[in-house]
Amino acid sequence: MANSRRNAGWIAAIMFSAVAAILAGLTAVLVGSHNLSLDRAIKGLAPDRDILIQLRLPRALLALWAGGALSLAGVLFQALMRNPLATPDTLGVSSGAALGAVVAIALGWSSGSAISGVSIAACAGAAIVLVLVVVIASNRGSISSVGLLLSGVTINIMCGATIVFIASMVGFLKSFAVAHWLMGGLDAPEYSTLAWLTAVLIPVCLVVFWHGREWNLLAVGDTWATTRGLSTSRLLLIGCVAGSLLTGAVTALTGPIAFVGLIVPHALRMWLGADHRILAPCAFLLGAAFLALCDVFSRTILAPVEVPVGVITALLGGPFFIWMLKSKRGGVTL
Amino acid sequence: MIPLFQLVNAGVRYGDAEILRSVSLAFSAGEFVAIAGPNGAGKSTLLSLLAGLKAPSSGVCRLGERDAHAWNRRDFARRVAVVEATDVTSFPFTASEVVYMGRMPHQKGMYETPEDDEAVAHALQRTGMMPFRDREFRTLSSGEKQRVLLASALAQSPEVLLLDEPAAHLDLRHQVELHQLLRELSQGGLLVVAITHDLNLAAAYASRLILMHKGRIRADGPAAEVLRTSLIEEVFEVHVAMHHTPSGQPWMLYGE
Repeated sequence: MANSRRNAGWIAAIMFSAVAAILAGLTAVLVGSHNLSLDRAIKGLAPDRDILIQLRLPRALLALWAGGALSLAGVLFQALMRNPLATPDTLGVSSGAALGAVVAIALGWSSGSAISGVSIAACAGAAIVLVLVVVIASNRGSISSVGLLLSGVTINIMCGATIVFIASMVGFLKSFAVAHWLMGGLDAPEYSTLAWLTAVLIPVCLVVFWHGREWNLLAVGDTWATTRGLSTSRLLLIGCVAGSLLTGAVTALTGPIAFVGLIVPHALRMWLGADHRILAPCAFLLGAAFLALCDVFSRTILAPVEVPVGVITALLGGPFFIWMLKSKRGGVTL
Repeated sequence: MIPLFQLVNAGVRYGDAEILRSVSLAFSAGEFVAIAGPNGAGKSTLLSLLAGLKAPSSGVCRLGERDAHAWNRRDFARRVAVVEATDVTSFPFTASEVVYMGRMPHQKGMYETPEDDEAVAHALQRTGMMPFRDREFRTLSSGEKQRVLLASALAQSPEVLLLDEPAAHLDLRHQVELHQLLRELSQGGLLVVAITHDLNLAAAYASRLILMHKGRIRADGPAAEVLRTSLIEEVFEVHVAMHHTPSGQPWMLYGE
C-alpha cells in the first residue's frame, strides 16, 4: 500500500515542524528591542548575558511551551467534540482556567513556589468547565456545533463577569494584577517554574501522542469507536484530564491567549490530513513556533512598548475563525 | 450447529414504550438474514442488541457464552462488525483511512502492520472502492460512502456482519452487487444480518427472512415461506400483488 510513501511524508513533516520550532525559538531569543549578540552573551558580557539568561531565554521557552500546549489542546478538543471549531477558547475552558487563576490571585496564592496555587486552581477551573461543556452540549451521545459554541459563549460570559466581580472586590493593587494577567502576556518566568511546567506537560503530551489512533476513531463517532473495540468513556476521561492540564498549566502562567488552538490545527489538517498520529505532534511543534513568532511580533511592533501577545493572537485568530465559518474547506456545518 | 447469537425472550422498553417484546431467535454462521418490517417495528433496536450497544431490559442476548453487551469491547469487535450510516464529515479523513479504522481491534501498537495493509487492500477490492482510496471521505457520494463503510467493517475481519439498511443510497447496480457480496460472504462462513426495506432483493439473496411488526417477530424462515400476500398486506398496510420471476423467486408489486 501507500504506507511507506506516507511514512516518509510524516517524517518530513515532523522534521520540518521541529526545525520551525527551533528557528522560531532562536528568533525569539535574538530579536527584541535590544538586538542581542549571541557571541557577547556566550562570552558572558553584560548586558547581553543577563538579557539572554534572565529575560529572553525563559520567555522564549514559555512561549514555545504555551503555544505547543494550547495548539495540542485544540487538536484534542476538536477530536473529543468532533468539531474543528472546538478550542480551549471557544469551549470556555480557557475562561474557566482564567477564573480559577483569578480566584487564586485574589486569595493571594500567587507568590512563592513554582507549582503554585494559581496553576492548580487554573487546571481545576479548566476541568470543571470541560465537564460542564460536555454535559450541556451533548444530547444522547451526539454533540452539535451550535450547542457547543453557545455553551462556550455562555460560559465565557459568565466566567468573564465573575472575574470582573472578583476584581472589583479585591482592591486596587490586586485588581491591577488581575487586569494585567488577563491581557495574556508572556512575562519571563523563573526557571524553577519552567521546570515544573515541563515536568507536567511532557507526560501529558506523550499520553496524547500515544493515543493518536484512538483519537481518529473518536473523532468519527462514539458508536464508531465503540464498535471498533474502544472504551469511549475511558478515552473521554483521558482527553478531558489531558486537555485541562494543558490549558490550565499554561493559562496560569500566561493568562488567556486566544485562538492558537484554532489556527494551527486547522492549517495543519489542510496540509497533512486528519490522522492524529501526525497531526498531534506537528500541531504541538508548529503551535510552539507560531506563538514564539507572535511574541517576537508583539515585542517589536511598537518597541519599546510591548503589546500583550494575547492581543496579537486574538486579532489574527478572530478573522480566521470567521473565515472558517464561511469557507467550504473549513468543513464546518452548524 | 451451535448458534453464534442467541436471544431468549429479549425485550427492550423505554419508560412505558415497549420497543421489543419477548424476542427469541438464534443465528448461526453461514446465514444471510434479512430483517424487514415497517418503521418502528424494532429492527434497529434488535440490531443494537446484537451489536452489544444496548442491554435488553428483560431476557438475554448472547454472543457465544456471554451477554453481548457484557463482552470486552475489543474482543467483541474482533468478532462482530457493524455497518451503519455514519457522518464522517467533520475532518478530512481519506477513504482508506476510514477503512484502516476497522483494524483498530487488531491493533498492536501505534502503527499498522503488513497484516492490516493486506486486510484493508482486500476489503477495498471486494467493495470496488480501491480507485477511491485516496479520496477524501466527505467528498464521496452517499453510495460511495456506504461502500467505504462496508469496506471498513470487512477490514475488521469479523465473524458476524451487522448492517443497518446497507442498500440505502445505492444505485441499482450497486444494490445488486452489494447483495451478491453479502451472499458470498455468508457462503464463506460469515453470519450476515441486514435490515432491509427491499423485500424482493431480500427474497432473491438472503437465506432467511425475518419479518418484524410492533416489536415482535411475525414470521421467520426462507423468503418463499415468509412472503405471503395476506401477511405482507397486514404488516405493511399496502396492497400486494405476488408474482414469480422465471427462476421461481417471489417478486412483489406494492401499491394500488
